[in-house]
Amino acid sequence: MGLMEDYHPLKGKMFQILKPDGTLQPDKSPPISDRETVDLYQKMLFVRLADQRCLSLQRMGRFGTYAPIWGQEACQVGSASVLQKGDWVFPAFREIGATLIMGVPLKNFLLYWMGDEMGSRAPEEINLMPVSIPVGSQTLHAVGAAWGAKLKGDQVVVIVYFGDGATSEGDFHEAMNFAGVFKAPVIFFCQNNQYAISVPRSMQTASKTLAQKAIAYGFDGIQVDGNDLFSVIAATREAVEKARAGGGPTLIEGVTFRFGPHTTADDPTKYRTEKEIEPWKPLDPLVRLRLYLKEKGAWSEEAERKITEQAQMEIDQAVKEAEAIPTPEVDEIFKYVFAEMTPPLKEQLQYLKSTL
Amino acid sequence: MEEVLDMAKLNMVEAINLALREEMERDSRIIVLGEDVGKEGGVFRVTDGLQERFGADRVVDTPLAESGIVGTAFGLAVYGLRPIAEIQFEGFLYPCLDQINNHIGRIRNRSRGRFTCPLVIRTPYGGGIHAPEHHSDSPEAILAHIPGIKVVIPSTPYEAKGLLLSSIRDPDPVIFMEPKRIYRAIREEVPEGDYAIPLGKARLVQEGKDVTVIVWGAMVREALNASEQLKGEKVELEIIDLRTISPIDIDTIITSIRKTGRGVIVHEAPRTCGLGAEIIALINEKALLSLQAPIERVTGFDIPFPLMKTEHYYLPNPKRIVMAVTKVMSF
Repeated sequence: MGLMEDYHPLKGKMFQILKPDGTLQPDKSPPISDRETVDLYQKMLFVRLADQRCLSLQRMGRFGTYAPIWGQEACQVGSASVLQKGDWVFPAFREIGATLIMGVPLKNFLLYWMGDEMGSRAPEEINLMPVSIPVGSQTLHAVGAAWGAKLKGDQVVVIVYFGDGATSEGDFHEAMNFAGVFKAPVIFFCQNNQYAISVPRSMQTASKTLAQKAIAYGFDGIQVDGNDLFSVIAATREAVEKARAGGGPTLIEGVTFRFGPHTTADDPTKYRTEKEIEPWKPLDPLVRLRLYLKEKGAWSEEAERKITEQAQMEIDQAVKEAEAIPTPEVDEIFKYVFAEMTPPLKEQLQYLKSTL
Repeated sequence: MEEVLDMAKLNMVEAINLALREEMERDSRIIVLGEDVGKEGGVFRVTDGLQERFGADRVVDTPLAESGIVGTAFGLAVYGLRPIAEIQFEGFLYPCLDQINNHIGRIRNRSRGRFTCPLVIRTPYGGGIHAPEHHSDSPEAILAHIPGIKVVIPSTPYEAKGLLLSSIRDPDPVIFMEPKRIYRAIREEVPEGDYAIPLGKARLVQEGKDVTVIVWGAMVREALNASEQLKGEKVELEIIDLRTISPIDIDTIITSIRKTGRGVIVHEAPRTCGLGAEIIALINEKALLSLQAPIERVTGFDIPFPLMKTEHYYLPNPKRIVMAVTKVMSF
């Protein structure tokens, strides 16, 4: 395909449609309509606000340790918005954006990070797996599911999210290799946010780009400006259409930046300075979309205020609902281990109940 | 003309092959995957002929990557297929432990039932075949310690087919460990058609009034040999084949201990934290006052499994079992 050839990772060009100043690259046009752009901007803003709320809930002791998306909204909102009903998403653990775009209620997302597994029980019609904490391990799962879809003849594609750090894990390499061999309809979406906790991207691999790792496994890789909603959508759409048509896997490297800490248990001032962060601020995915929309007369301070107010109310409601859910009964931590509780589990639960 | 059903005498390899063949006919969701399982039919020939019968889409030669095999099998399972993944030797199971412990055993629980993993991992295990290094381990205790999975070990061809059918049909992940030492050593009648031996239920191999011997896998045969040797001394062994390592059928064990008052547990795996320790702990909880003597364990040792010249030092044998029985009888 034209895009993949033009931006073959060894050519050293990063795919970008929308520049940080809000203007389009010459000879490039947005892959979505203005109306869709406004809609997705609002969604990205909602994700940003919800994410900020999660951070403050944690500081208040109402949330467990949380991994914020802050800065990576275009990567997730853009790519997930391309999917169709029935497609599968395998997240890492920073995917509030993809989760909400897939239609999972915010309340569920909050419930998980508040410490209740019920939050990971995606609605029946939404194929979103629970988070994956062992870094990169979910890439194998995504390949298996995609391979399964192909074997069954289902018109399904799978996206798996992971970071720059995950590309060093053995499972990532095994997954990429299997995907190439079985031509699985899977999109490997790497959010290169420049850090694996404290370890910078430059120390993660000697490869010039992460996208070029796809070449070794026999399929397309492309590096895109992960803070440009338009190029994320265009690249993902191409990869998804290719996969759905039987063309196999693609690796997309979204170049972005993690404005926040790795998790709320991390203090990034220990390993990076304000000076390092400064250059990325104007590259913020929301900033450039705002500039673009403003130029089109589709954004104003007043509109932003209204949307923000509306979003905060929705977030308030979701928090309220999530916090209203009572502490699960003790049976809950035993009864889902197997389809049917085994005798040892029954006995252990009985004992535990007798001590409460 | 009346067709006489000729029940074939099969060894364990053939019995497992038969189980796979019959179940793959019955359930189109089943995919067999692993290294060399397809064209070659498996290095032990367990999957022989399956690819010919079912095609390369259902019997798949994978790249050489154990975590990859089991991790993609997990993905196939949550998607709705029924994968049966082979790990060529138990010694290569260890790269899979992350996937097994962190995902396979947990997915039903952590998604509150939204996603499940009806996966079988088959692997030949155990020593006694003069194998190269890392081809003779017994990791069942490590696996039994992992929540959310079941561990099954057959001891005969008939048992292997019945237990494998149950394992495949189980809605949860099962690790099916095949005692390679007796892959071909025993030939017996194995019926065609459906007979599933339930998981979680031990087998009374033979009744005896004096000592309960708890065994599994290749050690069942060693216990039977010991039993023959003890007939001369008029000592009767009640032999229990555990069949399912996790969850253990403690009720069958306790019923026997209450009768005999004496126990010997035999396992190839290293001594410390082997399954024998767990069984003794359970007997302690439920039938301490029935015991006439401390329970003896006849086990491997806390050493790496030796190469073939010294393998005979390591493996439990009838002589050591007889010595243990004698010890509990004379306590």
